Amino acid sequence: MKTNDLTLMIGGEAGFGIQSAGNFFAMAANRGGLYAFGNPEYPSLIRGGHNSDCIRISDKHVGIHKERLDLLLAMNKETLDLHLKEMVSGGGVVYDAENIKMGELQVPVGVKMFNVPLKKLAMEEGKGDITRNTVGVGALFGLVNFDIEIFYAILREEFARKGDAVVENNIAAAKAGYDFVRKNYAGQFEFELKKIDGRPPKMLLTGNDAIALGAIKAGCKFVAEYPMTPSTAILHVMASHAKDFNIIVKHTEDEIAAINMAIGAGWTGVRAMTATAGGGYSLMVEALGMAGMCEIPVVCVEIQRPGPSTGLPTRTEQADLQFILHSSQGEFPRIVIAPGDYNECFYHTYQAFNLAEKYQLPVLVVSDKHISESIQTVEPYDVSGLKIERGKLLTQKELDKIMAKSREFLEVNNGGTLAQKGFGAVAAKENFISPDGNFLRYKITDDGISPRTIPGMPGGIHRAATDEHDESGDLTETEENRTIMVDKRARKLDAALKELPPPQLIGPGGAVSKPGDADITFVTWGSPKEAVLEVLELLKADGIKANLLQIVYMIPFHTEEITGLLEKSTRVIGVEQNSEAQLCALIREKTGYLIEEKILKYSGRQFTAHEVYDRTKELLAGGGVKNAKAKAPKKTK
Amino acid sequence: MPYTTKDFETVAKPDWCPGCGNFGIQAAMKQALANLNIDPHMIALVAGIGCSSKMPHWVDTYGLHTLHGRAIPPAQGIKLANPKLTVIVNTGDGDGYGIGVGHLVHAMRRNIDMTYMVHDNMVYGLTKGQTAPTSPKGFKTPSTPFGSIEEPLNPVALALTMGATFVARGYAGDVQHLTMLIEEAVKHKGFALIDTYQPCVTFNKIQTYAYFVQHVYKLDSDPAHDKSNFEMAMKKAWETEKLPIGIFYQVSRPTYEEQEPGMASGIPAAELPIDDIDITKTMEKYM
Repeated sequence: MKTNDLTLMIGGEAGFGIQSAGNFFAMAANRGGLYAFGNPEYPSLIRGGHNSDCIRISDKHVGIHKERLDLLLAMNKETLDLHLKEMVSGGGVVYDAENIKMGELQVPVGVKMFNVPLKKLAMEEGKGDITRNTVGVGALFGLVNFDIEIFYAILREEFARKGDAVVENNIAAAKAGYDFVRKNYAGQFEFELKKIDGRPPKMLLTGNDAIALGAIKAGCKFVAEYPMTPSTAILHVMASHAKDFNIIVKHTEDEIAAINMAIGAGWTGVRAMTATAGGGYSLMVEALGMAGMCEIPVVCVEIQRPGPSTGLPTRTEQADLQFILHSSQGEFPRIVIAPGDYNECFYHTYQAFNLAEKYQLPVLVVSDKHISESIQTVEPYDVSGLKIERGKLLTQKELDKIMAKSREFLEVNNGGTLAQKGFGAVAAKENFISPDGNFLRYKITDDGISPRTIPGMPGGIHRAATDEHDESGDLTETEENRTIMVDKRARKLDAALKELPPPQLIGPGGAVSKPGDADITFVTWGSPKEAVLEVLELLKADGIKANLLQIVYMIPFHTEEITGLLEKSTRVIGVEQNSEAQLCALIREKTGYLIEEKILKYSGRQFTAHEVYDRTKELLAGGGVKNAKAKAPKKTK
Repeated sequence: MPYTTKDFETVAKPDWCPGCGNFGIQAAMKQALANLNIDPHMIALVAGIGCSSKMPHWVDTYGLHTLHGRAIPPAQGIKLANPKLTVIVNTGDGDGYGIGVGHLVHAMRRNIDMTYMVHDNMVYGLTKGQTAPTSPKGFKTPSTPFGSIEEPLNPVALALTMGATFVARGYAGDVQHLTMLIEEAVKHKGFALIDTYQPCVTFNKIQTYAYFVQHVYKLDSDPAHDKSNFEMAMKKAWETEKLPIGIFYQVSRPTYEEQEPGMASGIPAAELPIDDIDITKTMEKYM
């Protein structure tokens, strides 16, 4: 008997509650003290088409689903056509023989077929076919002999708002499925799930949930978004909390309006964000430059999906990196952060709001469909170390003091005239007063960051302009000012780089590792992190030492530290979900280091650990390319 | 002490062409703000891109000079984030009725409290004289050397159709009348459009000062005009022989911000404390 290590899939037609069934199962495991991971796959339509939800359960952290299934709930024939071949020997399939004719389909050796009259039980006990998925989940509980009371409790909560009848029907449906399997198939399945009592409660959430929680905790009070898969849930989650946290959530007419609205709100001192996928982000990029030029804090979440154009709307990919790094015309500073797991989604979104205000620029949080829509068990976030940092946003008192000191300075040095130098020229360091008697919002400073006022503050009047401007914010086209201002804005990134922690190598079990510790160093970013971490364990079992370099901060880039780590590494393999190895290209650009060995995937589906493991083994077997050190550019294939 | 136009003056002087209609609009803007006696630091002047959109640099208040066609969304963001601010947008007809018309349509049905001034000179000025959405059919320009083929957009009719709650037309050559319109628009609770005829002395040789003097007449002079009557307003919107200026239509409807759930606390988002937000209960919902 295999206990608390199970991968199952629920498959069926869209509209039959496949994802809800998967979520119910994962929630139950989560409440039973276990860890769950769930990867939904669905086509871009509302009804019909093949939906599947792959759930992996363990008594310890699970970061990624598996391609080998122990248990399958087939709600239609197509599920068997597609997934029967993925079953392990000893695995089991729950299906309804009255509705699915096996036909030519061959059952793999060792796979057990458990016929359960799902539809009949749904009609009779659940009072309608709509409860068929609930009967199915009940049957799964019966097969793995898991505590069915947990499922009943979840059904009560989930359907409470639909009334008692719906709750009762679903519980009856779950019970019918469970009882049928216990009566007919008890003891015939080799896998079981056992509740672990006494563990502190954990959360089960998606990356979009984690991002929304991070934004809420960071004090985001303004969200403007246009729905686009896979980022839409951020809009939904934020809207559901609009009243609890006084958050203005606007579903705008388009993405251009969304980011521009957020920038307007950001100018008034409100922490504001927008979220979208690559297509929507394509529409936003002009405004990104506006935030850069006007030095207005804004957070933009970009959840990648396969492009170009509409691409594969509901699948996953990491092919927007180079676009995000370079999007919008001209040169201006931005910060680009790529969280790689559900903790990083929360903490880095929180951090994004601090960075946006401290450095007065747009901050991009880049994720993908895999993280944003898959579910995972995570520990509740420890928020004790989090601190709101607003940088040089002035209080009224601080502003009054700065202005009084400037007046004093001008009186001594200039006979009281405020217009000491006129537009287009840099004022004396001690002076914050513009020729109009207003505040020099774009004051030249050593770190490039200027003290900031917001509308409504007496004495803080300024103009923020998308045209090039002088220290006051008014327009000028002089050569001297242009050069000074480009440099000023660029300096902010130097300051940011000093604050951000450089990457460290991660070894098996998440331990800190050094280049000398490993024969192979994987380099990745974002969602493949979890698969690669598991690969480190798989290789360790083979006696191969490997570690991981995960790049989180794309801009600013820790060139020195990353060059150091790569040069000392023995054999470097890039792992990315795109066809052009876009992170490897960034590394080459910044460090000169050429990563010649790459494991890439761009089918729209996420890497599993075994996939990366197998392809690593292929590279090892083929000899591969050893240590391509930083040297003069080499031609790539 | 009440404010005067001097309080809204800047050291820098406008770089519009001598005789540009924008001077009249600028004068009316300053006069209206002084008459309304609003603290300059409580005013956010927002603009798109174009000759008209340089206004924030020459009226001394907080100003946000945004992107071409995108003045409305940031202005809405500003008003929602801090409803205490008076938000006034200045853009041109290319900005407002061409590239940015998508935002305008939604702003009108949304009814966020702000004033939208369109400097309507029926031509693109800053890009040197191309056909605009409000140019008359047959208008010859470098982009339409054989004359424009499209019918002009009717801003007043569009606004009425889209549910704008304050629809007016002004004329830059009548500063006193335009001042009155701006005051009424700012006082109006909701989205106020002032389509403002603005002679472009450089690129529009048809709709000149002389043309407007001949053609415009004040709605006030028609005792039968009832600005609460939608059908009457629509009829006036389609008058082309003589061109009415004044308030076509004004109706009271709840503003967006009065109904926004995220603003129910009554405290502007810009003033909400964010230092210690407790998400414990929110996290528990995922357990």
